[in-house]
Amino acid sequence: MDRFAWTNGLLEMNETLVIQQRGVKLYDGDDKAKLDVGVVLLTTHRLIWRDHKNHECCIALSLSQIIYFEEQAAGIGKSAKIVIHLYPVTANKEPGPYQQSKFPYIKLSFKEHGQIEFFRRLTEEMTQKRWETPVPQTISTATGSQTGKTRAVGIVGIERKIEQKRKETEQNISEAFEDLSQLMVKAKEMVELSRSIANKIKDKHGDITEDETIRFKSYLLSMGIANPVTRETHGSGTNYHMQLAKQLGDMLLAPLEERGGMMALTEVYCLVNRARGMELLSPEDLVNACKMFESMQLPLRLRVFDSGVMVVQLQSHSEEEMIASALDNVTDKGSLTSEEFAKLLGLSVLLSKERLLLAEKMGHLCRDDSVEGLRFYPNLF
Amino acid sequence: MHRRGVGAGAIAKKKLAEARYKERGNVLAEDQIVQMSKQIETFKSHLEEFASKHKQEIRKNSQFRVQFQEMCATIGVDPLASGKGFWSEMLGVGDFYYELGVQIIEVCLALKHRNGGLITLDELHQRVLKGRGKYAQDVSQDDLVRAIKKLKAMGNGFGMIPVGGSYLVQSVPAELNMDHTVVLQLAEKKGYVTVSEIKEHLKWERERSCHVLDHLLKEGLAWLDSQAAGEPQYWLPALFSEISSRDVTPDEANQMTP
Repeated sequence: MDRFAWTNGLLEMNETLVIQQRGVKLYDGDDKAKLDVGVVLLTTHRLIWRDHKNHECCIALSLSQIIYFEEQAAGIGKSAKIVIHLYPVTANKEPGPYQQSKFPYIKLSFKEHGQIEFFRRLTEEMTQKRWETPVPQTISTATGSQTGKTRAVGIVGIERKIEQKRKETEQNISEAFEDLSQLMVKAKEMVELSRSIANKIKDKHGDITEDETIRFKSYLLSMGIANPVTRETHGSGTNYHMQLAKQLGDMLLAPLEERGGMMALTEVYCLVNRARGMELLSPEDLVNACKMFESMQLPLRLRVFDSGVMVVQLQSHSEEEMIASALDNVTDKGSLTSEEFAKLLGLSVLLSKERLLLAEKMGHLCRDDSVEGLRFYPNLF
Repeated sequence: MHRRGVGAGAIAKKKLAEARYKERGNVLAEDQIVQMSKQIETFKSHLEEFASKHKQEIRKNSQFRVQFQEMCATIGVDPLASGKGFWSEMLGVGDFYYELGVQIIEVCLALKHRNGGLITLDELHQRVLKGRGKYAQDVSQDDLVRAIKKLKAMGNGFGMIPVGGSYLVQSVPAELNMDHTVVLQLAEKKGYVTVSEIKEHLKWERERSCHVLDHLLKEGLAWLDSQAAGEPQYWLPALFSEISSRDVTPDEANQMTP
């Protein structure tokens, strides 16, 4: 502890603060130092310690005095520590709290944690040795070393600004994370409450009114909680989805006609969201709205093919008609691949394939499956 | 709006409810729903406050988005479930991901004729970024993955296949089982694979190897180069740009040129 010298704690021109940690007690070797708990500050040049109550009590040692340092793990009733081994005292050392010491090392005891980060930063500084930043020689020699020194300050000044900015960003982000965590705690309460309600609904059906169920579902929707309770009439739908279904019913009629009465759901998704520009629909919103077409007696239907492809189709588009016309087309041309059929009808390849598969399923077409592609022929069997 | 607790009928109902309450010894669902409606209002205002302070953070910082998503997942909340959800409306997370979904679908559709509906996450990322223009917000691969997960709700076979440390994004309902996936992974390094390579690395018989490769050809995911020296090579266009745009170190370059 005799390597420390009193200081006013102010940083020097080129010196930058790297990290500070409160709740640190100093040890002279293995003995507790006759100082209170305080804040330890690591700068690019020095290790500074300041009493947490009496800010006048402030000591420092240069990083250049450190030989090496190591971690000392926490134990039962003991805080984690960093042990720092130091070079012998120099003759011209300023006065400090200790005149002499029998130990060549000190310890920092982290009573409020923070040792991991501190250790990491100390390692960085001891590697970079920024207190040794040399004065750049590149500027004109005319004014010589004087200008050189000014240059160094300029560059270090910029470095310091960058460091400051980084700290600010870190500060902002940590604040954001903290606020986020608190928000999540509250959200979690809502999730638990909704689970409790859902369980009760599941156990006995008749106790809640239709109105209350709808309200409950809309709360789940707002919070983004998965709905475990579905009713036959509306499914996962809420008033919101019913409105959406109506809007879609209006909006999709013309595009559907243009595309042969059928559109893949992904196509609908892009069409609708591009038109909206903002307050976009989520994929689930779209699916839930489409599921309500039938119950709301809109002229559209959501349909899922065996392959998993989901489409919206005009209700007027009867299945038999589609298959009959597909058979006609194929018979006409002798045979067709999905690509050829698509071109013929102005359908997407995906949907034309589905239609041909459907016709095959009904026994009207049969396939020729080779590496050259899938080709459909009229079924003569 | 119902008016509860008024009139003889309501009194009788209340007595019945109290009896049930005593019977069960816990709170009724109806009362909890009332409680929830109050809590929803409170939560909404907390979220508004959070949004006013940190909405920018979510938009600008992809790391923060990751944290946010993971926290939501932990507590059982899906902030992207609906555009009508609080998260979407107040934090604007929804629009960000739903629009990304649109862009992903469009890129996949545009390239399907070439790669059969299979594309590397890297290429998808690059093309989406390009499509968004240089003044748009940055988008990370994590963002893409989350958007793709949401797209699955619409059927259509959006899926992700782990390959060589990253993913292949599948955008067609082509059936790809374990065998197909393993062959894709094998082809990842060079962009193509041969029957012998499959037999050597996977220890399959010829018939099984050919069956898998034929399926990939049929689905348009693989192209056959029958003129290759030695034996036919099955190339996967999805893996093409991965190879042509890979960064090469000076050493590798020296090794490659004869």
